[in-house]
Amino acid sequence: MKLKTFKLGGVHPPENKMTADIPVVPIDIPKRVSVIMSQHLGVPAVPVVDRGDKVKVGTLIGEAKGFISANIHSPVSGTVFKVDGVTDATGYRKNAVIINVEGDEWEEKIDKSDTLLKEIKLSSEEIIQRIKDSGIVGMGGAAFPTHVKYMFPEGKTADTLVINGVECEPYLTSDHRVMLERPDEILVGVSIMMKAGKVDRAKIGIESNKPDAIKILSEKAEDYPGVEVVPLKVQYPQGAEKQLIKALLNREIPSGKLPLDVGCIVNNIGTALAIYEAVQKNKPLIERVVTLTGKGLKKGGNFLVRIGIPAKNLLEKLGEEIPENTGKMISGGPMMGKAINHLDIPVTKGTSGIVLMSEEESKRNKIQNCIRCSKCVSVCPMGLEPYLLEKLAEKDMFEECEKEDIVDCIECGSCSFTCPSSRQLLDHIRYGKQNVMRIMRERRQQ
Amino acid sequence: MSNKLIVSLSPHEKGELSVEKVMWGVVIALMPSFAISVYTFGFDAIKVVLLSVVFCIGIEFLIQKFMLKSEVTILDGSAAITGILLAFNVPSNIPWWQLLAGSVVAIGISKMAFGGLGKNPFNPALVGRAFMLASFPVEMTTWPVPFSNIWSPATDAITAATPLGRLAEGGVKALGAMTDPAVEAVDYIDIFIGKVGGSLGEISAAAILIGGIYMLFKKIITWHIPVFYLLSLAGFSGLLWIIDPSKYADPLFHLIAGGAMLGAWFMATDLVTSPMSVKGQIIFAVFGGLLCGAIRIYGSYPEGCSYSILIMNAFVPLIDKYSKPKRFGKEVNYG
Amino acid sequence: MNPVILYSVGVLALIAAGSAIILFLVAKKFKVDEDPRIGEVSEILPGANCGGCGFPGCSGFATALVKGADKGDISGLACPPGGNETMTAVGEFLGMTVEESAPTTAVVRCNGTKAKAPSKLTYEGPTKCAIAHTLFSGENSCPHGCLGLDDCVEACDFEAIYMDEETGLPVVIPDKCTSCGACVRACPRDIIEIRPRGRKDRRVWVACMNEEKGPIPMKNCKVTCIGCAKCFDVCPPVANAITMGNNLAFIDGDKCIACGKCIVVCPTTAILATFEPPKPKPKPVTEEKEASEVKK
Ligand code: SF4
Ligand code: SF4
Ligand code: SF4
Ligand code: SF4
Repeated sequence: MKLKTFKLGGVHPPENKMTADIPVVPIDIPKRVSVIMSQHLGVPAVPVVDRGDKVKVGTLIGEAKGFISANIHSPVSGTVFKVDGVTDATGYRKNAVIINVEGDEWEEKIDKSDTLLKEIKLSSEEIIQRIKDSGIVGMGGAAFPTHVKYMFPEGKTADTLVINGVECEPYLTSDHRVMLERPDEILVGVSIMMKAGKVDRAKIGIESNKPDAIKILSEKAEDYPGVEVVPLKVQYPQGAEKQLIKALLNREIPSGKLPLDVGCIVNNIGTALAIYEAVQKNKPLIERVVTLTGKGLKKGGNFLVRIGIPAKNLLEKLGEEIPENTGKMISGGPMMGKAINHLDIPVTKGTSGIVLMSEEESKRNKIQNCIRCSKCVSVCPMGLEPYLLEKLAEKDMFEECEKEDIVDCIECGSCSFTCPSSRQLLDHIRYGKQNVMRIMRERRQQ
Repeated sequence: MSNKLIVSLSPHEKGELSVEKVMWGVVIALMPSFAISVYTFGFDAIKVVLLSVVFCIGIEFLIQKFMLKSEVTILDGSAAITGILLAFNVPSNIPWWQLLAGSVVAIGISKMAFGGLGKNPFNPALVGRAFMLASFPVEMTTWPVPFSNIWSPATDAITAATPLGRLAEGGVKALGAMTDPAVEAVDYIDIFIGKVGGSLGEISAAAILIGGIYMLFKKIITWHIPVFYLLSLAGFSGLLWIIDPSKYADPLFHLIAGGAMLGAWFMATDLVTSPMSVKGQIIFAVFGGLLCGAIRIYGSYPEGCSYSILIMNAFVPLIDKYSKPKRFGKEVNYG
Repeated sequence: MNPVILYSVGVLALIAAGSAIILFLVAKKFKVDEDPRIGEVSEILPGANCGGCGFPGCSGFATALVKGADKGDISGLACPPGGNETMTAVGEFLGMTVEESAPTTAVVRCNGTKAKAPSKLTYEGPTKCAIAHTLFSGENSCPHGCLGLDDCVEACDFEAIYMDEETGLPVVIPDKCTSCGACVRACPRDIIEIRPRGRKDRRVWVACMNEEKGPIPMKNCKVTCIGCAKCFDVCPPVANAITMGNNLAFIDGDKCIACGKCIVVCPTTAILATFEPPKPKPKPVTEEKEASEVKK
């Protein structure tokens, strides 16, 4: 059978999924955690605790502010040490609640048992409210507050729930492990989401490089009406929502529109698990699975990490040091992740993995003239002309950038990845895009 | 850990391709044709190709080092390609100084004056050839008879008419066989494998095809330009042939004779001087093929391939401007 | 007369009349009602089109000036490159009085040189502060410090600012700087400020934009302002030029009398000046020492 995939563009970076066979192990809770208040897209949460307050696991410590924002709960029990800035992955300081850990006491309402609860008791509205209260955000990396996706604007309806089990980023295996280890919970989670979105079918897209996950989920999915597992051809960036919907349903989201405009809701596998726990077990989002990997490590791993634990604890758990020739540390995958300055940064809701790259792997190649090979044009999944956008953005020609649809760029990085001249295409395109979006915002305000 | 960490924007992964790999890949793809030309013209072929490559690389080096005082990038392979292609476009007994003049024009004027690799609007080798054809018309169109004196340098040129030359001078009758059994027939197999007179690299369509397929396989080029170029050339000449086979040569002849193959696979596909979008590449190739046929059949030169490509090169910026790739999410109407 | 000639003349006359009418209408329709004074004011302006006045180009500014003059108020409008001379000339032409404004210059408020704030990271990417700023806090980890990637230098039309290779910081040449503010707008970190040049070219400023509490920035940079307010305490009451806010001292260039007292008390030497600061009073310890040495 020919596997489905999206048609336009795409690349195939080396997969390097070295940790795919390593089961998830929990990380011990350290003496102190720092919970950053802006872990999600949108407005940062407002701390509702102060120095000296006692908190339990699951206590609300940050309250969502505004429509696109998310609650934040304490991942540990103990005393609030202070509310202060901590340096985040990029070196800028972010407001955070720092908690001294004492024991591991959970809020009573949380069901800590392992029993699988299949029956969905809550109504659609109650589910959405619970998702909102539990501070659930997209676990794929962008950390978009999930409840917003289920609050349809007037007159809009969805017909399909799309679940992203693609994990198209090289190296990362956290979603893969979750699918293997918690398939039942995921499927109940998917059923809950179907109820919340009032849709009667769900499609779980998984790339064919994870045959074990496809097998186990499709077997189990037979018990869940409307849920279908679709194997997909391996191609980057299939995890981007526009490309995923195209691959699964052959629907094309018009430029500037959202998945809902073509009747879809898109969520990540990890989000499905988090929603299961929130709705059936009343457990807010306080932990996630994080992959730690890199060719320099003897053995990477997948870990269940409470939010706020410093990334270096993962390395300690492995009993390893940062390899001598490390050139770059990345939070997220190597195609779209952020380079980070140090490993003291706390894990957030959006941290899907930490990748360590050797110096040689991380150094960019020498930049040469564009040889007009048109490779960037042919790999762009959005049908843009990266070589042209780069040229225009570099010269600050934002008006022309807008005409060439720069805002459609999904920043997948396929163009920079492919360019034989190692041109810094996406760097400039991103700069142009930011400026065009600023100009468009200003125009709207007038 | 002692070294400083690197911080940069995503993507952090880099692909396999590099300019060097692309360019030397093209050089490798040119090797079968080189082998055939050595087999056919002997030592002269080696001499001309080597000289031309050395001239091109040398000129690029001198210009970068002493005139522009910029970084020297002669090892990226692009000058070598120009050198080989230029040599492939001349007869094997061309005097060395004419070759040097051609190289100066190709590298110095057509490439470096525009800003070096990637900035030149016209294919340098073709500009070089056009210049030589205009300046030294006699030498450029006097081809030694194949296999005449293989391993000793040619002393006096014994001219052999190229198939296209015969066509231009004598009309289709000169090709013999079909129309007039008295004339020695042109053997298509001979043309295909290269047992004819002609410029160094043009003679064997088979060898060019092997190189072209190698480039396709290595993903250096895509199939659109060569296929559409040849198709449109065949279509144009075929149409005329159907109308009057006694006056016009058949399309197969046009495809395998002269520079059409070399042009379609190696010159029209030149990355720098061809359009960026698939749509644009098809437009470029189709018009290129038509022009080539038109010049061959109606023009005064027997060969039209290189001019057709040069002319289309001039239109590339225009084609790029108006043939945008299909954007994702534009012109869709859902729901 | 030959009727053909009459006929032709008649037709020609008609065409001519028609054209004249069309031309008249077109001219009327597209007539730009431009005040002739605008052009003349433009003549007086330097014609640098630098945008320093806040209007698009010199002609835009001239329009604003003429409009202002009609309303009887052109205060607040100034041409930084032209300075007082130009504005006085414009004022005379428009029959308005123009307030003299003190000459100004751009000042770089970061002193995190390569030696004082050593880099801990290597940045790879385009040489553009605006791009690096979106990525991270900087090679020396200071989120408020200069990134040293030339945006201000690129923005300057007057070659008044250059990058010092040794320090990695931009340097302004006050005599070339026209205070147009292009560099101020270009800098993503608001490091450059337009300040009065000061009497006899004496100016004092806090060369730091850090807003974090003391110990944090000290890790990244030896010359950061830690917000200790020692300078605030010594600033003479007549001037009262220093304000504190966000863990940062700010010296108001209009009030500063350039006494230089703050410079010497700053524990991190974050305050810079264009002149030698007064020697600090010898500390008692050294006095004793000297005394004992004298005894010997
Ligand atoms: S980063 Fe943007 S321009 Fe580049 S390939 Fe992806 S979508 Fe296209
Ligand atoms: S991939 Fe690089 S070299 Fe090729 S056209 Fe795009 S920018 Fe130019
Ligand atoms: S240094 Fe700044 S203010 Fe001065 S002239 Fe240059 S850009 Fe304008
Ligand atoms: S002062 Fe600002 S614009 Fe100039 S180099 Fe520093 S960060 Fe960049």
